[in-house]
Amino acid sequence: MPGAQERVLRRRIGSVQNTKKITRAMELIAATRVVKAQQRANEARPYAEHITQVIQDLSAGGAEADHPLLRPVEQVSRVGVVVLAADRGLAGAYNSNVIKTAEREIMAARSEGMAYDLVTIGRKAKGYFQFRNYPITASFEGFSEKPTFEDAADIAARVIELFTAEGGCDRIVLVYTRFISMGSQEVVVRRFLPLETVERIAEQGDAEAVAGFEFEPSAGAVLESLLPRYVESRLFAALLDAAASELANRQRAMKSATDNAQELILKLTRKMNQVRQDAITTEIMEIIGGAEALADDRDEPGELILSRLDSDPFPAHVGEHHASGPDRI
Amino acid sequence: MSLLVELVSPERVAYSGTADMVICRTTTGDIAFLPGHIPFIGVLATHPVRLIRDDGEVVIAVHQGFVEVSPPDEEGRTRVTILSDVAELSDAIDVDRARAARAGAEERLRTDPGDPEALSALRRAEVRLSVTDAA
Repeated sequence: MPGAQERVLRRRIGSVQNTKKITRAMELIAATRVVKAQQRANEARPYAEHITQVIQDLSAGGAEADHPLLRPVEQVSRVGVVVLAADRGLAGAYNSNVIKTAEREIMAARSEGMAYDLVTIGRKAKGYFQFRNYPITASFEGFSEKPTFEDAADIAARVIELFTAEGGCDRIVLVYTRFISMGSQEVVVRRFLPLETVERIAEQGDAEAVAGFEFEPSAGAVLESLLPRYVESRLFAALLDAAASELANRQRAMKSATDNAQELILKLTRKMNQVRQDAITTEIMEIIGGAEALADDRDEPGELILSRLDSDPFPAHVGEHHASGPDRI
Repeated sequence: MSLLVELVSPERVAYSGTADMVICRTTTGDIAFLPGHIPFIGVLATHPVRLIRDDGEVVIAVHQGFVEVSPPDEEGRTRVTILSDVAELSDAIDVDRARAARAGAEERLRTDPGDPEALSALRRAEVRLSVTDAA
């Protein structure tokens, strides 16, 4: 019968093995999804580039708009913080990094005596700030791994509303995790609104702007309907970046969890074998001790148990010769 | 010489090809582009966009967006780019869903004739259906 300690160890090894299976599966799922997320980010790029291109053309065409989204701020008295986190945990430090950065941003605003509006994206961000009694102005969740453009449009509409409302935010920053490569992501704080001037946006494009465009209905009108799209497209790009970062982080976290589980299994197995050996040794000692005690009752004290056995427990193989076996000397 | 046409939605490039003529409707009226058109930027209305090609016509449901005609490139080709939140080729449209959406919107309009959301939903459904009929 295996000892009690051995049984406990065996059970723990079993449970660690199950955990390892789960983390391994999550690692593989995250690995395939991160590739897809990167692909989506690449597919979304032409739209963003074209929008920037059109703004460039408009700028070259002399469109000057006094659009509320371009309104520069002299005195900031209220900031909006939009934080992009995940819906689920098990992604290493992904959530806490981005949330901590957002919290610092809020603290900074507070210490400068500014009011703030907090917009959370992702269940984890909402949970964190709700638990700590931060007033949350708006929250979105349920799409952090796979954001669609409609999600981006919804958020953009709400954020634009916060910015343009009477007594609303004078500046809105976006806190999210930028995807640099599979191995590195960084939390960034980006100014989101007000937008840079049309000329500044135009400078970001790489193509040469050519004047001589015809506009319908007019350059100003085109710009007016284009700017909200530009905001949506920028937010969408941030969402896609955050999704790819989340998945890359999750893959990494799950990989190290799997490795740790493997290590733990090894350690526990060693421990279990040692315990089993000990138990066997103890058992043999007990049997021998028992036999010795019995022998003491007889005439010959101090006799070894081995000499009481009928035959030699390790008989030499006399004359027995295996054809394939090594020759005995 | 033909036009290079690209239909770009926020999530991907939905269509890329050539056409002899592109007909679309801006907020101020219909406009057609032929190769060599002057550079142009317009705001699109919710209306089908027609691409006339040698082998027939491709119709795309476009729900608002922008059309940009770039100046000719080095080879003298004119590029027409359509940027739209929602742009669907006729084979990507779910006819049953569009019909259901139209019925739902009409229902809502009966109770509240001025409902702007229902009006635009009806408009979108009608554009989708007109595109599939044409195909």
